[in-house]
Amino acid sequence: MKAARKVLGVALPAAWLAPRAALPAAVLLILGLVPVYAAATGDAFALTLFGRVVILAIAAVSLNLIMGYGGMVSFGHAAYLGIGGYAVGILWKEGFASGFVQWPVAIAVSALFALVVGALSLRTRGVYFFMITLAFAQMVYYVAQGLDRYGGDDGLTIGSRSSFAGLVDLNNATQLYYLCFALLLASLFLVSRLVNSRFGLVIEGARSNERRLRAIGISPFRYKLVCFVIAGALCGLSGALLANHTNFISPAMMYWTRSGDLIVMVILGGLGSLFGPVLGTVTYLLLEEALSRVTEYSGLFLGPALLLVAIFLHGGIEGLLGAGSRD
Amino acid sequence: MLYFIEQCLNGVQLGMLLFLLAAGLTLIFGIMDLVNLAHGSLYMLGAYFAATFAAFTDSFVLGALLALVATAICGMVLEVIAIRPLYGRPHLDHVLGTFGLLLFFNELVRLIWGPAGMTLSLPSAMLTAVQIIPGLYYPLYRLVIILVALAVAALLYVVVMRTRLGMLIRAGASNREMVGALGVNIKLLYTMVFGLGATLAGFAGLMQAPILTVQIGMGENILILAFVVIIIGGIGSIRGAFVAAIIVGLIDTLGRAFLPDVLRSMLSVNAALTLAPAISSMSIYMLMAAVLVFRPEGLFPAASR
Repeated sequence: MKAARKVLGVALPAAWLAPRAALPAAVLLILGLVPVYAAATGDAFALTLFGRVVILAIAAVSLNLIMGYGGMVSFGHAAYLGIGGYAVGILWKEGFASGFVQWPVAIAVSALFALVVGALSLRTRGVYFFMITLAFAQMVYYVAQGLDRYGGDDGLTIGSRSSFAGLVDLNNATQLYYLCFALLLASLFLVSRLVNSRFGLVIEGARSNERRLRAIGISPFRYKLVCFVIAGALCGLSGALLANHTNFISPAMMYWTRSGDLIVMVILGGLGSLFGPVLGTVTYLLLEEALSRVTEYSGLFLGPALLLVAIFLHGGIEGLLGAGSRD
Repeated sequence: MLYFIEQCLNGVQLGMLLFLLAAGLTLIFGIMDLVNLAHGSLYMLGAYFAATFAAFTDSFVLGALLALVATAICGMVLEVIAIRPLYGRPHLDHVLGTFGLLLFFNELVRLIWGPAGMTLSLPSAMLTAVQIIPGLYYPLYRLVIILVALAVAALLYVVVMRTRLGMLIRAGASNREMVGALGVNIKLLYTMVFGLGATLAGFAGLMQAPILTVQIGMGENILILAFVVIIIGGIGSIRGAFVAAIIVGLIDTLGRAFLPDVLRSMLSVNAALTLAPAISSMSIYMLMAAVLVFRPEGLFPAASR
């Protein structure tokens, strides 16, 4: 599988012929053509729905970086969505409408939070790591609930989207969508370069056997921490996009079940495969949407479907496509 | 001072409910090594069953007993159908599968009982307050919760420490393979432990039901608190769960009751009103984070894990 990923990451065009790359390529193509479809049919909702898919795919890609490659199962990843979103919302409320201020702040605060959480949590492992990341996310959730000036429990409606001095106009749905799409491609590129670097080798080595890594003279803690911070920053960016997409922020966007959704998306797509999280996000959100059109009780079908995936589908959708994606 | 004692009792009462939930969770975690996010759903089911059966039989006690039986059956059926294939799999598969179950149960409850929620009313005899010490009247029902939960805790202790089933449970917690190799029907044992956990969760749900409303998603918040409890107490340790549950219950309740006043003496009134609820909600998570940083195995680590 090492070879497959290397092919995907470095020599991308040649690998497009491989069957395992065909589906990702097709999905990216479809995602790229959504605005064309929306313009042709006047179906504005498609753009909204897929905009959400693309934005949450960035979050899932960031979670996959730590969870799939690094073995750090964070059950508090939605906190970064919230922090990124609140950075945009709070700055807007305080009169800073420029995206050149909002987005770097969103990314920086998320990275800083990830640094603190990571520095404390990475001493623990397994289920304990899972729970401590959850604990930190819950803390942020309650802080957001306490922010009366920014809507408290009810959330805050953001009056205007981030402005970029005329470079891009986020009020134009198509431009917003393509910006998100470009950032998704960029984050896929970033992750593929990271995991194929020496840095990525250490991260994956730490997941499979930390003791051996120490034995050859590498202390994985700092590498894992850097990886954790990168994932947090990336997810913070996704949060900033989400706030722009919905024009709304509320504590609910970082409730623990949202973190659960993100984990579901990553596992559904295929843990530790570059493109898996995108497949997982597309599948999960579109399935949810399709079911809710057919029945009022979508969870009755979605829930058992997830259970069946957990029982039968080792390695998620990516695992179905060929060589298992888990080591 | 009276107010302080009253709030302490409230804290112990919350702690007792958390213990009922956490005891099952920690047994399931400790013995089957299963991360069960659907445990809160059983708590919710217990409350809904109790509200339904109590209305049906016109008796709180009868309704509660029927609800316990129904939750136990639900738990065991759930274990056989959905949980059993997940044993021995990576924890992430547990998260995915039981998260699916959580979605399923929320929707099932909405389908059967509707989105509105229910109330479970107490028998009139329970609605009085009793004088515990001169000047302090405390609602009888909350006192009953504390006493009944203590009795359940004692019963659980006797079952786990003094019976053959308990011996198998403890043996299963320390070495699963060995118990199976000695000819114990490990499948049946797992089903019974899961049923026991489900019953305890359902019991917590129905006891809490008259105080709060019975609604969809009521198990989600308290599930996370129960996870906090078992992490602080040490996974697999019932004694740890008991101590941690009371600590968490007290911190949560006392924080809410007294933090606003404490902060008000230091900050402006407005800042205190904004900060206090956030800080008191956060405090138990801070406690857990601190425990994990300094004692990663919890306060009472179960032996040989």
